[in-house]
Amino acid sequence: MSIIVDRQTKLLVQGITGKEGSFHAKKCKGYGTNLVAGVVPGRAGEVFDESVPIFDSVQDAIDLTEANTSLIFVPPNLRADDAIIEAVDAGIKVVICVTEGVPVMDMVKVSNYIRDKDVILIGPNCPGVISPAPKVKVGIMPGDIHIPGNVGVVSRSGTLTYEAVWQLSKLGIGQSTCVGIGGDPVTGISFVDVLEMFQKDDETKAVVLIGEIGGNREQEAAEYIKTNFNKPVASLIVGQTAPKGKRMGHAGAIITGKDGLAEEKIRTLSSAGASIIPSIADIGEVVKEII
Amino acid sequence: MKIHEYQAKNILNNHGVPVPQGEVVNTYSEAVEVAERLGGKVVVKAQVHAGGRGKAGGVKLVYSSNDAGEVCNSLLNSNLVTIQTGPDGVPVDKVLIEEIIDVQKELYVAFTIDGVKKNIVAIVSEFGGMEIEEVAQNNPDKVLTLEIDSSLGASPYKARKLANFLNIDAKLIRSAASVISSLYDVFVANDCSLVEINPLVITGDGRILAADAKITIDDDALFRHPDLFEFYDPAQEDPFEKQAAEFGISYVKLDGDIGCLVNGAGLAMATMDVTRSSGASPANFLDVGGGADESKVSEALKIILLDEKVKKIFINIFGGILKCDIVARGILDASRNIDREFPELVVRMLGTNFDEGREILMKSDLNISLVNDLREASDSLKSD
Repeated sequence: MSIIVDRQTKLLVQGITGKEGSFHAKKCKGYGTNLVAGVVPGRAGEVFDESVPIFDSVQDAIDLTEANTSLIFVPPNLRADDAIIEAVDAGIKVVICVTEGVPVMDMVKVSNYIRDKDVILIGPNCPGVISPAPKVKVGIMPGDIHIPGNVGVVSRSGTLTYEAVWQLSKLGIGQSTCVGIGGDPVTGISFVDVLEMFQKDDETKAVVLIGEIGGNREQEAAEYIKTNFNKPVASLIVGQTAPKGKRMGHAGAIITGKDGLAEEKIRTLSSAGASIIPSIADIGEVVKEII
Repeated sequence: MKIHEYQAKNILNNHGVPVPQGEVVNTYSEAVEVAERLGGKVVVKAQVHAGGRGKAGGVKLVYSSNDAGEVCNSLLNSNLVTIQTGPDGVPVDKVLIEEIIDVQKELYVAFTIDGVKKNIVAIVSEFGGMEIEEVAQNNPDKVLTLEIDSSLGASPYKARKLANFLNIDAKLIRSAASVISSLYDVFVANDCSLVEINPLVITGDGRILAADAKITIDDDALFRHPDLFEFYDPAQEDPFEKQAAEFGISYVKLDGDIGCLVNGAGLAMATMDVTRSSGASPANFLDVGGGADESKVSEALKIILLDEKVKKIFINIFGGILKCDIVARGILDASRNIDREFPELVVRMLGTNFDEGREILMKSDLNISLVNDLREASDSLKSD
């Protein structure tokens, strides 16, 4: 098995006719994902890439195609937050929002709205999710670097995840599922949510957790690893050389307090039993040791 | 986006939060005039986007309006260097002249976003006037953090609970709670990522005043606050960072001499870290972005080279949407259009159109070490 996305995944893409949306929708389809629909208000009846019907609303798309997973490219000024809510209200079970630059307050509201609902929200500002064995990619990651296997990867960063996967694949270490939870201060699922899923997944035998400066979600993960997680974890925390109070690209990558420091996160993860990856160059080697 | 204290206090004032009497000025004569109106004895506060102002000499108590003018003049003609600025400091273009207040007690009140709770939180303490982290460390029982449900807003009972925690005179609880509610309104109405009042002062005559105010606006929400964008002060930004921002490049200047050009924020941070662990020192953070084209790569290199300290450039690209041949062409373009000597490049590229990119660079007459992975890159950076 894999987590979050698998052969049951029926994907719809919100914002499928935009530059990024259309590019990545094709790539997901090409990788093997079952892309069943696109949603663009006002464009119902059109067909994307010769075979994918476009609908006005998520509800219309579900009614005809039974889509259960949504990938969102709607930009912030066209209300990416509302696109998430629309997907949730229509009954989509997995919502993955790639959009970068969603206002934090909007995500606070979305988080409150979906708190008790049966939905997995990933992102925003994330690369998405890929499960190589069932050949399902719902996101913007390059598919060809992944190989099937037993290491789960979870990260706040896109390209850093690709680097990790590339190093693993080069050593012949395959991946069960790779999840980018997003680089914003408030995101859908957290490290802990993903770890819980990896814990239950028989296919996943070890996990690579990639964190960065800012916030305290790595500490939350450390607490969970210490008390509830019984698979080996290798962890890389980036931003050890980042100055305080400066946003390092990601909206969430800013050190505003002690918890935000890389060394604090490394210390807590290490004392929780995670193997610390000293530098990005060592990801593959450290994972090889723990599996 | 950070804003100045006087701008933050204007916002507070508009939301009914009392602030000391004062006015912002930028000349000697204005300073004298305002100080006179406030009774001569005043505080002169440099308006900069950096903490640690007081200890750096940016906040001064003066006893006459002429002294206010003198202090204003000396501040206006200087760069203020604080623990939060670089060695060059930040320019002081305006000073705030304020009445002296009779401080009886200094409190701390802040609103921010908690990423784990995914909610707005209020943080209060009766120990104001110092770093809240220090208080949290030494007197954790003196700091109260409460989650605020954004769909309900600042409920009066929670505001009272926060006010009650401040260990103040019972007669003041109502007005303190009202100030706390108003600060929440400020936070939400302006899409803030931080509203911090440190200190919130209780005066001898029982008034509550925001003696200092720090407000940070969520950059990603600025598009819906054109009014707030007027508070943007480019003079407080690093000139290189400003130039990078104009090209949509995310850049942060650091102290070292190895320029870094990377795609992706996480990979860019990791590249800085690996540079340092090799014994060298990164000159900057730079994320050129996923959808960069040739000219953006070229601009990024030009910005890196504005920093005269840079003696080597480490290019680390994980090509996906950004293709390696585009990066290579961008490098060549920059090398042709730059006045200074083009430094040695350590290039690690991977992914889309890798072979093409590699060939372009091999054929060029640039001083390039093409490396295959980050271990090799690290060795190349170490080599001198």
